[in-house]
Amino acid sequence: MNWELMIKWTPRLLEGAWLTLELVGIAVLAGLLLAIPLGLARSSRHAWVRALPYGYIFFFRGTPLLVQLFLVYYGMAQFEAIRQSALWPVLRDPYWCAVITMTLHTAAYIAEILRGAIQAIPPGEIEAARALGMSRWQTLLHIVMPRAARIALPAYSNEVILMLKASALASTITLLELTGMSRTIIARTYQPVEIFLMAGVFYLVASYLLVRLFRLLEQRLRVELCQGR
Amino acid sequence: MIFDLHGFGPALLAGTWITIKLALCSLAVGLVLGLAGALAKTSKYGALQWLGSGYSTLVRGVPELLWVLLIYFGSVNLMRALADALGMQSLELSPFAAGVLALGLCFGAYATEVFRGAILAIPRGQCEAGQALGLRPFAILWRLILPQMWRIALPGLGNLFMILMKDTALISVIGLEEIMRHSQIAVTASKQPFTFYLIAACIYLSLTIVAMSSLALLEKRAARGFRRAYA
Repeated sequence: MNWELMIKWTPRLLEGAWLTLELVGIAVLAGLLLAIPLGLARSSRHAWVRALPYGYIFFFRGTPLLVQLFLVYYGMAQFEAIRQSALWPVLRDPYWCAVITMTLHTAAYIAEILRGAIQAIPPGEIEAARALGMSRWQTLLHIVMPRAARIALPAYSNEVILMLKASALASTITLLELTGMSRTIIARTYQPVEIFLMAGVFYLVASYLLVRLFRLLEQRLRVELCQGR
Repeated sequence: MIFDLHGFGPALLAGTWITIKLALCSLAVGLVLGLAGALAKTSKYGALQWLGSGYSTLVRGVPELLWVLLIYFGSVNLMRALADALGMQSLELSPFAAGVLALGLCFGAYATEVFRGAILAIPRGQCEAGQALGLRPFAILWRLILPQMWRIALPGLGNLFMILMKDTALISVIGLEEIMRHSQIAVTASKQPFTFYLIAACIYLSLTIVAMSSLALLEKRAARGFRRAYA
């Protein structure tokens, strides 16, 4: 082990780790916002409302994230119309491509989690709310959503950890996040084992911290107590 | 043909075959590792428990891509030392072998948890009955625990296999000529990235559909003789 080398490159790796956290943070928050309508539509009682989110979820869960990243980053350039459009500065930037793709990708998984959570709410609670004279929107806002949020939280925290690891793929479209930064450093130092091990430790620490954070949030939202067991 | 393949059709098919081989080989490695991990984690020896949970925690906490890169690029020095020790000219881990090792390692770490859950779900009495009949520990494992555990573990393993199939795309990063790599080559030649990556996506989708339906069949077969209660 070359400790000197490892200490020397720590600041650059931290820079990469910061970009990783930024990508994951934006993706899982934006993904959640996108997933709420998708998940609600997916658990609708009308088949024609369910069809569109079903197709979306099927595509994004059935293909590798790498393919999706390449479709957005390299694929969009194939169309003259996109290259001429006002969106091109965004779609040309690997950072935004990674953010957009990761958001779309994780939204499919979160939507599925939300669907499960919404369907897990005991029907009696929804009927009780309706019987008390709540409108459908009030029921959705005050009963279904807070209840589903607590049921879905543990699975959502899993998804966040999975995205943390999936973000390593952003290095394939030239982004210098933790994995990309490690590869750049290795290209210069020829010490793959030391640098990759350090990156691995960074990922481990980040996922450990995220797990702790979600445990705090679960306590805060009193998830255990609200399950009614 | 809706898509103009520019003559890359056979190459993509060859890539699909490599992807399938890679997924199945990694599955075999992963199942062995997962079973070993689960047995270690449920054993009565503290050191083995520690080893099993260390394996699953460590491997699950680090991105798959990082394992692929670490095993492929990190093994160079190790292989050189090994070649020297064996007196051989040079020894090198092929991208395929590195991919099988990395994906098998990751699959095994998740499978450890699936198998552990399944082992714990088997009533203690089964094990005690085996002991009472005078079966050796290995026979108890092989003839009593494993056949029953299989049915419980199958849905979880199925999920993991779907993830594994999609993770095979990562091995293109170290140059294995599977679907993604062939698509990249086709893109360079044809300048049609969207078309070819969309074709790649469709190939993965069809592989997923095939895997899903075979898993459904397997689950049905494993559950034969079991009554299902409906609430």
